[in-house]
Amino acid sequence: MPGVTVAQQRCDVVVEIGDLPIRLCSGDPAFIRLIQDRYAGYVSSSDHASFEFEIELTPPGAESVDEELRVTWEAGRWLMERGDFRAEWNPSTARGRIEQTINPYSLDSVLRIVHTLLLARKGGFLMHASSAIRNGRAFLFAGVSGAGKTTMARLAPPDAALLTDEISYVTLQDGRYTAVGTPFFGELARVGENLRAPIDGVYLLAKGPENKVEPIAGADAVRGLLGNILFFARDPESVKLVFDAAFDFVSRVPVRRLTFVPDSRVWELIV
Amino acid sequence: MNSKRYVARSTAIAARVLGDETMVMSAVNSTLFTLDEVATVIWESADGATPLEEIVANKICTQYDIPQEVALKDAEGLVEELAGHGLLLLSDKPIAQSTTAPGESQ
Repeated sequence: MPGVTVAQQRCDVVVEIGDLPIRLCSGDPAFIRLIQDRYAGYVSSSDHASFEFEIELTPPGAESVDEELRVTWEAGRWLMERGDFRAEWNPSTARGRIEQTINPYSLDSVLRIVHTLLLARKGGFLMHASSAIRNGRAFLFAGVSGAGKTTMARLAPPDAALLTDEISYVTLQDGRYTAVGTPFFGELARVGENLRAPIDGVYLLAKGPENKVEPIAGADAVRGLLGNILFFARDPESVKLVFDAAFDFVSRVPVRRLTFVPDSRVWELIV
Repeated sequence: MNSKRYVARSTAIAARVLGDETMVMSAVNSTLFTLDEVATVIWESADGATPLEEIVANKICTQYDIPQEVALKDAEGLVEELAGHGLLLLSDKPIAQSTTAPGESQ
């Protein structure tokens, strides 16, 4: 009896943020193309990957409205769950699985979580901050939503290379804290440039009647930094790693408060 | 209050001394606490083996000009608050547990 065998095409793409190439596989070529567009500038030309995620797309409407994110370590694997996705990742096998709808925001969230977990073990972190490179040095502008991260990115002079307007990637490289470009964007809706540079300083943003920079030291600097670091896992080991990284960071990198009015003259203070 | 009270630092925290202050972060909910100079003395002495009353008498009242009764009442309020956030363990018996030396990251 004649039959038809349908071989589903399995497609993949390697997205490399920082120094971490992650292979993303899906049975839906259209979704892979969507990923390639979304992470343009971060798609690796090499086939090498440190980790691999199989993405299973669920029908639209299958997601729940639960916005609470849970990241837990169970039986040798990380479980990540929110209303719009469910993911698991086994670091020892370097493999993981994501169930989500075609919404790329879900994948973005999983990648952010995975990077925070890996960075923490290398003394780095992701931070709510825009960042840019100027004259070979990176500057971070940290703050909660509405603090002015995107505004600082928009006001950046033409010779500044924008790394992100939303989530800064901080890693320890050769003993120096280094900012790396990310595709994680905010209101600017623009992927950051895939560049890196040693961090010259972190500016905690505050809006005010005039532009001014004030140094922040000690506990205030740590508090300001920790208030902007992304970490999702609640296990004691992860919390301690991030806590230690924040202390180490403020001992090596100046932290300042930048009060600013939203015009381009504020960048005259960033030297 | 007549019974002795013992206090011990939880292991589900990260803590560092910075100048006269101690910063403590709960591993349970990532809340950050800053302990002032006097609270830091109590924190560092919370070894599970020394009664709170003794900590107050030997470490607080000898260093700060505070009557024992007032200092103990304040100290009890502090340790109850910290215990409420899961940073300290309280017991009417000595608490046996390994804790990291004060000033080190835990």
